[in-house]
Amino acid sequence: MSQNGIGNSVGSGPSALALDPATTYKITALVVDDDAVTGMIHRRLLDSLGVKNEVVRNGKEAINVHRSGNPFDLILMDMEMPVMNGIEATRELRRMGIRSMIAGVSSCSGDREKQEFMEAGLDDFQEKPLTATKLVSILHKLNKKD
Amino acid sequence: MERNQMRRQVALTRQSLFDQGFLDEQFIQLEELQDDANPNFVEEVVTLYYRDSSRIIVNIDQALERNPLDFNKLDNYMHQFKGSSTSIGAKKVKAECTQFREYCRAGNGEGCMRTLQQLKKEYAVLKRRLETYFQ
Repeated sequence: MSQNGIGNSVGSGPSALALDPATTYKITALVVDDDAVTGMIHRRLLDSLGVKNEVVRNGKEAINVHRSGNPFDLILMDMEMPVMNGIEATRELRRMGIRSMIAGVSSCSGDREKQEFMEAGLDDFQEKPLTATKLVSILHKLNKKD
Repeated sequence: MERNQMRRQVALTRQSLFDQGFLDEQFIQLEELQDDANPNFVEEVVTLYYRDSSRIIVNIDQALERNPLDFNKLDNYMHQFKGSSTSIGAKKVKAECTQFREYCRAGNGEGCMRTLQQLKKEYAVLKRRLETYFQ
């Protein structure tokens, strides 16, 4: 780790985790989360890997964004959100024919809830908080999917 | 020489936050995301956390004044609060959140109120410690 002028450690960053930047720069992602802090962290994680991204605050907004524009390669879907939760949003996106990779990201670790979320149409599930390692594993899966 | 001493002091302040259990490895994840293009990322996230989470505390306070208590609502609020506390690595705050949710599930209003007081203490102490650190 390098040291900056005021003695804080500056990390080598998640780009050091063996992902080809030439690939990640072509990927687009949608962060769906009602928590602004989580959204900020997930966006920064994606930025650091060169993945273009947007954020919306609930499932309904995720649906609307798909109705009005191009689909994303990857959707990071929170489970519990107001207006429309992640399970309903995932089901609806799949019903609409959206084939993007949808990774459920949730702090709810109950097996039953996780199963319901997976059955709604997820390709992957990661427990919050999302880390660089978890995101890289999702992106590796995305590459394999293509 | 003075600069080195300052660096050492900052490093010690940072280490004490981990040693004393205020922060966990999630905070290091945030530090890893800081770079020359985003030099204040950690401070920005923490500032946003304290701004947003203070609103949730107000909601919880108000919900605890209701009679009878709506434990489902209280649990939902705390789920939110715990989520963002976890995402910044606020270890002690997170532990109080977990305790609060257990009291919600048990329908124990007094337990909830006691735990909230403790949570607020930890929350405030962490804020002061982080403010010092960022300075």
